[in-house]
Amino acid sequence: MSVPADTLARSSQGDRIRGTAFYALLLVSITIGFLLLGVLLVDVVRKGIGYVDPTLLGEPNSSDPNEAGAGPAIRGTIYMMLLLLVMVVPLGVGTALYLEEYANRDRWYNRLLEINIQNLAAVPSIVYGILGLAFIVRGIGLGRVLLAGAVILTLLVLPTVIVASREAIRAVPDSIRQGAYALGATQWQVVWRQVLPAAIPGIATGSILALARAIGETAPLLLVGALTFVSVNPTLLGSFTALPVQIYQWIGRPQEDFRLLAAAGIIVLLAILLTMNAFAIWLRNRYQRRW
Amino acid sequence: MTTHDLTAGAQPEALPLRAAGRRWGEDGIKLVLALCALVSVATTIGIIVALVLPSIEFFREISIVDFFSGDRWAPLFEPASFGVQPLLVGTLVVTFWACVVCLPCGLGAAIYLSEYARPRVRSILKPALETLAGIPTVVFGFFALTFFTPLLQDLGVGVNVFNVLSAGLVVGVMLIPVVASVSEDAMAAVPQDLRDGAYALGSTRLQVSTRIVVPAAISGIIASYVLAISRAVGETMIVLIAAGGIAQIAFDPREQQQTMTAFIGATGIGDVPTGSIEYKTIFAVGLTLFVITFVMNMISIRLVRRFREIYE
Repeated sequence: MSVPADTLARSSQGDRIRGTAFYALLLVSITIGFLLLGVLLVDVVRKGIGYVDPTLLGEPNSSDPNEAGAGPAIRGTIYMMLLLLVMVVPLGVGTALYLEEYANRDRWYNRLLEINIQNLAAVPSIVYGILGLAFIVRGIGLGRVLLAGAVILTLLVLPTVIVASREAIRAVPDSIRQGAYALGATQWQVVWRQVLPAAIPGIATGSILALARAIGETAPLLLVGALTFVSVNPTLLGSFTALPVQIYQWIGRPQEDFRLLAAAGIIVLLAILLTMNAFAIWLRNRYQRRW
Repeated sequence: MTTHDLTAGAQPEALPLRAAGRRWGEDGIKLVLALCALVSVATTIGIIVALVLPSIEFFREISIVDFFSGDRWAPLFEPASFGVQPLLVGTLVVTFWACVVCLPCGLGAAIYLSEYARPRVRSILKPALETLAGIPTVVFGFFALTFFTPLLQDLGVGVNVFNVLSAGLVVGVMLIPVVASVSEDAMAAVPQDLRDGAYALGSTRLQVSTRIVVPAAISGIIASYVLAISRAVGETMIVLIAAGGIAQIAFDPREQQQTMTAFIGATGIGDVPTGSIEYKTIFAVGLTLFVITFVMNMISIRLVRRFREIYE
């Protein structure tokens, strides 16, 4: 009776080899991304660290790489972040509340609204730039100003905020709503005093990640005219530039020193973004509630 | 005398559970929330109007047949020529090289996360992949131009300073997290019973992954592929920085080529006078780009919905 055992053993050995080879392939596929990320970080730090200094953080751009800085660009990015926060969070959470708490899913217009948001999330960012160019910069004649950039970035990441907020709202169990209704609360009282407070950690995490994505965007800002020389502090209706746009401008310069300056700008940008990401993940782990 | 005679059988009128009057405040709130939702509808309408109106004017001057059949794209030169094929080919070549990287690697990463990784490893790798997805494209562009292209040159691949190969491959790496996360969602939706059944019949982990989980999650995997292709078509900064600015029909990835997005970016930066034909090309090319990505997004949304319907 040793024959079946033998066949079993042999086939399982072949399976083991194939299994190991497959496992190795999987490991390679997941490692490639991280490998590139690691190489990228090391490369950027190696090139740019020498230029990360007070000049970079405070001074305006210049044709001399040793005097050039990204001060107005960094401030432009920070102002834009604040404007975004004020615009995108109320709009995103409002839309999410409408879809989750109020909308009747059987109505065609509500289904259309959902598909519309899913599609907007995948529209190329440069198309938003065209929208900004046509309507905001030239259409209503606002010009190439900070507010135009902030509005375009708001529309760009609005779908992300809506999706994250909806997930957070959906995770609040129905029993909490029913309990509040049973005590005589109106629908808005239920939403405002029970659902929203319970969903805030998820909404905050999603909004921070969306903000991080927005301030790393370059292409739409190019079209609304952020590629200009700005030496003063940006104002709401004044011309502006942003850190990623400044980096792009430096990459395009022929002198090698500007490449290094670009790397320094990237270090600053990544430091801001990674801090935001880490904060979002910390927030999620700290406040996430399991019902 | 007001009676509370509960035996009278007239409770609905006697004990109204609803508020006496209509709550205008509550209605107002619903209206405000619906207006928030309308912003995204207005965005879509805005995009379509912004693209279509100038495009109509463009196609009045340049025939639509010439636009799609012409093989020379030189809108800023004399004599100007408006054949969009070089830009389409440029986009196609970049997308192809991006797919070479992101389709297999994204699927492999998804299978690893869903079927092989221990929960602890998974809880570290997933946020790390999100971080990779959060790197700005201008940074990837810098990396492609100043590190990856020189690396390819050192390796003996005779690439130009600006080339499609480097840009495409880096776009592909950038899209690995996109494929991985949508595919993994689909695999997570496959019922555990199917896996348990296969294991009970003596299947190995390899067999369960490739013969049970992947076929069961196939609509989600295809959705992630379509989404990644759509993202590659719409990617701007990496190709603008690393792929060069010459619109030409060349399938050799070592040469430079311009894509639709890179053309829009490069032309949109400059101070093109409103109403000129150069200005309108931005919109005609933008409309072409939007239609292509829109069709792919719709396919992807449909497919995702299908796996959700089957298993959830």
